Amino acid sequence: MEQILEYSPILIQGTITTIELTLASAVLALIISFVVGLARFSSLRIVRVAAIVYLEFFRGTSAIVQMFFMFYVLPLFGVTFPPLLAGILACGLNLGSYGSEVVRSAVLSVSKGQHEAALALNYTNYQRFRYVLIPQAIPVMIPTFGNLLIELLKLTAVASLITISDLTFMSQIIRVQTALTLEPFLVILVIYFIISSVLVWFTKLVERKFSKGRHTITAKEG
Amino acid sequence: MEKIIEFQNVSKSFGDLQVLKNLDMHVNKGEKIALIGPSGSGKTTILRILMTLETIDSGHVVINEDYLWHQQTGSGLVAASEKHLHQMRENVGMVFQQFNLFPHLDAITNIVEPQVLVKGTDRVDATVKAQKLLALVGLEEKAKHYPHELSGGQQQRVAIARALALEPKIMLFDEVTSALDPELVDEVLNVLRVLAADTDTTMLTVTHEMNFAREFADRVLFFDKGQIVESGHPEKIFTTPEEPRTRNFLKKFIKDIA
Repeated sequence: MEQILEYSPILIQGTITTIELTLASAVLALIISFVVGLARFSSLRIVRVAAIVYLEFFRGTSAIVQMFFMFYVLPLFGVTFPPLLAGILACGLNLGSYGSEVVRSAVLSVSKGQHEAALALNYTNYQRFRYVLIPQAIPVMIPTFGNLLIELLKLTAVASLITISDLTFMSQIIRVQTALTLEPFLVILVIYFIISSVLVWFTKLVERKFSKGRHTITAKEG
Repeated sequence: MEKIIEFQNVSKSFGDLQVLKNLDMHVNKGEKIALIGPSGSGKTTILRILMTLETIDSGHVVINEDYLWHQQTGSGLVAASEKHLHQMRENVGMVFQQFNLFPHLDAITNIVEPQVLVKGTDRVDATVKAQKLLALVGLEEKAKHYPHELSGGQQQRVAIARALALEPKIMLFDEVTSALDPELVDEVLNVLRVLAADTDTTMLTVTHEMNFAREFADRVLFFDKGQIVESGHPEKIFTTPEEPRTRNFLKKFIKDIA
């Protein structure tokens, strides 16, 4: 174990990279989730179809293969990303597909009465989503987004395969250099768990903030 | 008398169930109308068509001398565009059985936000107006309460204030007391009584409260199976209805009917 401690600088470096990768991908995934999830309600067929194609492609193929495409295949067509950017894009695009379904189903969960009230008050389509449906859908999304955030953290481990020096990558280095196997993996297991615990706590915090004064069900509604 | 609403030969079906059959009716400006009749007779559908929550299958609906579900073009009448419907909705406001307040906004914001978004009213002016309306429905102290902190009757009164804030020419009340506990019904009906007496807004209410209908309405329409069976002054309908179907229906509510 002492031997591992000598490697703490690179473990810290790896932890930082993993966190960076997770947070950057999370922001990307969140943006994609809303854009694609809301695109499913578009009155334009082409927009809806594009959203479905994106969803089914990124949800239906392996995240590792997507990452390999991003890093190894796209350069063959003249598109080259630095490893970290390729990792962020792959993780963000992959999780964004799941996230878009979270957004879509949360918006659908808002009661029909709310749609009708907005229409009766003569809200435009945009206003109906912006001021009535989305504000009520967000508290519904948060717990599931929390789950996805942890999924995302775990997914970033795959990025070590495209030369990103994240936590998993660093553990491999330590293993090669020290010939230890149990220790490096045990250490990063614990670090992953600590990061995910922080994410769980953060999700709960956001959840509480959004549920203040907001109850999606009115007194008499079933 | 100036007509503000007209149904011309309107039919509407939900699947195999025909809820409106070649309906012809009109409402004059400022009239207070009570729509009564058995469940499924098409009363609520009339309100929902006027609010553009349901389409029509055939016929024409006219509001304020303009077609609701159609619009005039060079080549004749075509189905109304969303833009046309948006313009037409300015005329109409609706209060629902289930209140449908926005649960994420407090009472006053429920009344302020539509004014700001839909009419472009300045937020300060909209707030002043919302306070006046809350006072009108007796809830000025509940301004900062969220819907889930209010009773059903209070929620419904806020919903009435919210609809009034946009100053529609026509107000629709769809069984606004049906979801309420019996002891809360009167507080809502009292608000409607005050409104009916004080404003020249045209009002249509679907109700099962016969005593209320009798006081509130200038004219009562009795519906059965998608058609108007009988219409007339409330005193006449409630004391000496001509049609047997009207009489049978009213017997359930009023004992001493002729």
